[in-house]
Amino acid sequence: VLDFLLAHYNYVIYIALMMIGLYAILARDNLVKKIIGLTLLQTAVFLFYISIGKIDRGTVPVEWPDRPPEIPYENPVPHVLMLTAIVVGVGTSAVALALIVRIKAAYGTIEDEEIIAADEQSAEEDV
Amino acid sequence: MDAGLPALVVVVPLLSALLLGLVGRWWRGAAPVFLLGATGFACAGSIRLLWRAAQLPPGESLVYAMGAWPAPTGIVYVVDRLNGIVLTMVASVAFLVAVWMIRPVGREIREAARISYAVVMLLFVTGLLGITITGDVFNLYVFLEIASITAYVLVAMGRRRQALYAGFSYLVVGSIGATFILLGIGHLYMATGSLTMSDIAARLPAQYVAHPSVVLTAFGFLTAGLAMKMALFPLHGWQPAAYTFAPSTSSVLLAATATKVAAYAFYRFAFGVFGLDFLQLHFPALRDGVVVMAAAAIVVGPLMAVRQDDMKRLLAYSSVGQIGYIMLGVVLLNAEGLTGGILHFWNHAAAKAALFCAAGVLVYHTGRARVSDLAGLGRVAPFTGTALTVAGCSLVGVPLTAGFLSKLYLATGALAAGRWFLVPVLLFSSILTAVYVWRFVQLVWFTPPPEPRTIPDEVPWSMRLPALALAAACIVFGTTSLSVDLARRAAEAILG
Repeated sequence: VLDFLLAHYNYVIYIALMMIGLYAILARDNLVKKIIGLTLLQTAVFLFYISIGKIDRGTVPVEWPDRPPEIPYENPVPHVLMLTAIVVGVGTSAVALALIVRIKAAYGTIEDEEIIAADEQSAEEDV
Repeated sequence: MDAGLPALVVVVPLLSALLLGLVGRWWRGAAPVFLLGATGFACAGSIRLLWRAAQLPPGESLVYAMGAWPAPTGIVYVVDRLNGIVLTMVASVAFLVAVWMIRPVGREIREAARISYAVVMLLFVTGLLGITITGDVFNLYVFLEIASITAYVLVAMGRRRQALYAGFSYLVVGSIGATFILLGIGHLYMATGSLTMSDIAARLPAQYVAHPSVVLTAFGFLTAGLAMKMALFPLHGWQPAAYTFAPSTSSVLLAATATKVAAYAFYRFAFGVFGLDFLQLHFPALRDGVVVMAAAAIVVGPLMAVRQDDMKRLLAYSSVGQIGYIMLGVVLLNAEGLTGGILHFWNHAAAKAALFCAAGVLVYHTGRARVSDLAGLGRVAPFTGTALTVAGCSLVGVPLTAGFLSKLYLATGALAAGRWFLVPVLLFSSILTAVYVWRFVQLVWFTPPPEPRTIPDEVPWSMRLPALALAAACIVFGTTSLSVDLARRAAEAILG
């Protein structure tokens, strides 16, 4: 079992990162910490995708004159997909942080429970 | 023009969104022009595509290869009867919303934000149309994120401060869901080395024998992720607040389209990628799980709805139940159930959009959506009252309305699948729905308007006509065989 885990250490890290991220989203009250958790979760997926494209001792998928034929190419597709996912992740974080700024202005706090408590006290406030 | 139509239906809203962002700096009144033009084009285009797809023999579909790169290498757009129906639903609701919003948007969105609101809305529609039409799983993910991120913004632009928090909660849940979907797609790619749906479908049976755990993991992640996106009970936590505090235009659009497109994505993955054999052979335990979730949604949704005083929150809980119906169609795995599920895409979109339009009328006049403010609406605003009543009847499933047909097919499908216990569940939920719809009807028609009047008079025609068109659709789909024939043939094409 240990050998299996060591041989697949990148997958182990991806699962660990994912769990840390999910835990942070669920257990933290601070909205910024939730977003940090979300980013960790997304980063875990990047690691997963890059791992499935990786080949031991593989090389970049570029042809050069005296390339030894025994060196395999790595699969570039998952890497390219992750470029898109990284952009998406940045976009999501940007929208989330912008919302947090507005929430701070409207409620004066970015703690989950305090926001819910504030809404219970005065539900009718406009921004 | 006709050959490139599948691409244009998505590209025209996308480009008009970007163009509007530029032009809007100088031309303040550009928003309605661009919204009406782009959604009108998408609407006409998708009807034309559906009409053409309906002419094809079963099992065939219109395929458009992006940049003329053939299927496994490039991205293809595919139109068949199933997604033609969803495409037409999204585009026509978007067009009606574009008409409806002309007036209320002035009261709910700040002057400075109106152009951005329209840009975000066009991008949202682009995302939904893209999810529906694409035949590539990663392309689906990208469009899903476009539709999701814009949906968070559409919610957060509400006037009250709770909208911000509702948008944030939606963002967190939605992003977890999207990440799960991305992981599911990754496992599919891991198993098959392909991203084109038809290509994955061809390779998957062999891979399931070789690496069953990878394929099952992919299916599990996709199901969980899409269940969050479609607000399937018990993952619906984000949805009531999001629909309640969003501007009323966003509520109409989101309630009618967003969760249903996620449900469609589940249909597409289940039947177009994993395939019927996988579902029948390897899916029983998970299928029972989804049946339980769908049945629970069908009961809990209306149960929560009857006790709400805010009309938008009430309708949001009702949507939780209605998504259950659509998911029931997929898990019954027979022609009747599937027909009912596919029919419900249209039927629920029409009814729920009309009801949210009525809630929007309350917001337009009073700034709130309290159910009690409906009192006497029928005398002051007979058109809105009529649309509300017809759509409500369709939601309950009164004969001669569209909702009756989809519920009938679902009940027959449940019996044919030997799941007779679902029939009392469906009946019970219809009775609960009747309870809150009756509350509307009683207030609208049989209660005198309060003095001084909270609703001074009828809304402008630009708000009346879309609501009436949606209500008319409830009647037309309920009395003609137009939609039933299409849905039945889509179901038969799926089941082979």
